Order: sequence, then C-alpha cells, then structure tokens
Amino acid sequence: MGWILVTSATVILFLQNYPLYIRSVPTENELKFHYMVHTSLDVVDEKISAMGKALVDQRELYLGLLYPTEDYKVYGYVTNSKVKFVMVVDSSNTALRDNEIRSMFRKLHNSYTDVMCNPFYNPGDRIQSRAFDGMVTSMMIQVC
Amino acid sequence: MRTRGAGRLLGGEGRRMADAVLFEFLHTEMVAELWAQDPDPGPGGQKMSLSVLEGMGFRVGQALGERLPRETLAFREELDVLKFLCKDVWAAVFQKQMDSLRTNHQGTYVLQDHSFPLLIRMASGLQYLEEAPKFLAFTCGLLRGTLSTLGIKSLVTASVAALPACKFQVVIQRS
Repeated sequence: MGWILVTSATVILFLQNYPLYIRSVPTENELKFHYMVHTSLDVVDEKISAMGKALVDQRELYLGLLYPTEDYKVYGYVTNSKVKFVMVVDSSNTALRDNEIRSMFRKLHNSYTDVMCNPFYNPGDRIQSRAFDGMVTSMMIQVC
Repeated sequence: MRTRGAGRLLGGEGRRMADAVLFEFLHTEMVAELWAQDPDPGPGGQKMSLSVLEGMGFRVGQALGERLPRETLAFREELDVLKFLCKDVWAAVFQKQMDSLRTNHQGTYVLQDHSFPLLIRMASGLQYLEEAPKFLAFTCGLLRGTLSTLGIKSLVTASVAALPACKFQVVIQRS
C-alpha cells in the first residue's frame, strides 16, 4: 500500500502506508504537507473500500479529487499493486485540469513500474532512482 | 490470446517470437548452471538450488505484477487476480493461456497446463519425471511474485504426473 504525494510542492510515495518517496518544492512547510497527506490516506482507503463494494463498474485507478482544503487540492491514484499516489496541488494553480492530473499520475505510475523492474531495486526500499527523480523534477517544474 | 498491454510490451509480432525462444534457452541454462554449482549433491543441496530458482522467479514475478496489469482496471476480488494470472500473465510469458483453473473457494487454487512450454521440449510421458521439478521452480516463483505484488501472500508448488502436463497449486496464506 504505497503512496506518492506530489504537490506544487511535494511528492511522496508510500508502500503499506509508510513513505517510499518524498519530494518537496519548495522545501519549507514540508511537515504541513506530510500531515495533510496522512489525513488524505484515510480518504484514499475509504475510496478503495467503496470501490470494492460498489455495484457500479467503478474500478478506475484514478481516484480523483480527494478533498479540497482552502489552500490546496489533493488528488489520489491507486495502482493494482496497492501503491497509493497522492498529489497535493496549490489551489491558486487553477490552470491544472483533470486530464493533466491524470496524465501526471500515469507518468508517475510508468516511472514507478520502471523502478520496480530494476533488478537492483528491492521492493519496499526507499526509491533512490535518479531517473525517477528526474521525471518528478520535470513534472513539478511544469506545474509550479 | 494476448492482452493489449502485453502486446505493447513485446513490441509486435516479429519480436514476440524471438522472445519466447530466448526465454526458453535462458531458462534451460539457468537450471543447468544452478544445478551444476551444487557443492552438496544430496537432498539438502537440491533444495537450495530449487529455492534459488524460485527466488529468481519471485523477483521477476514482482516486476511483472507491476508492469502487466497497468492498463487493466482494479481487481475486485481474489478470483479476478487468479484469472489474470491464468490469462494475461501466462499469455505474456508462455504465449498461451492456462488450460484450467479450479478452486475449493477456500484459498486453494489448482492451475493446470496440459502442455507446459518449458517441459514440452523434453519428452512426452514419464521419461524425465524426476528432472521435471527443477524446470518448474522458476515458474512457481513467478506466480508467487506476481501474486505478492498484487497483494496476495501465497505458497506455490508444482506437480507433474506426466510431461508435458503439469499442475500449479496456489495456497493463499491468510495471516
């Protein structure tokens, strides 16, 4: 159950609700983001269990807007391997549309898959891949 | 039958054919190499080789479990995951689907392949029955690894009654 958090701001990726990858831009206020992300994990869990019980064919990987606070919007995505990605975006960043968020999650998922396929990576370790870092950097530059 | 995901992975018809043969050769060499290196020729050493092979399959399965389901929707229940194993994973690795899947609905699944590609080159019938297990260890690990990435802890064993048909037994470990 990993999750990744990306903000205009921060990227965190978690496995089993402990972090696999954390990235912040800018680097102050990181604690606030960590706190926000922890609360959003509960929402993600809720959505996942709702998905299991729903009669509708609601089995998308993209979870959508989890909850909007006054300053930030939090988006979620969960893979089939139960890795959770959480993205926190500045509310002032109104230019970001839903399909852009979706494509960002897709890129994250693809990069995470590449990390997983790297034979030198032990599943469950913190992600230290430079390729992954590079992808996240370019994504955040795009967003900020 | 291949899923779109697997087809995209392997990049088209031509490359697909070479991939299968390459993997078969690599697998044969892996087994031969790991078996030869055994300093202890008794049953203890054999178990070590089998578990090394199984471990390799496990790590590959973990990666496969991350890459293959990418475009599919979230799995709703355990049986869906097993069906995914039988159809998509088997098709991606062995270019065919599993021939039968049975379950006792209590966490045990038996996957049957009547003509397992890694055994088919050897013989039909009982000739190499004793040698068969080492050619199944990697695949058992593969299944276990894929299940593990998809959130299911399991124990996978294989049995052969007569080549090239074999059965994989998956027992879900509930903690």
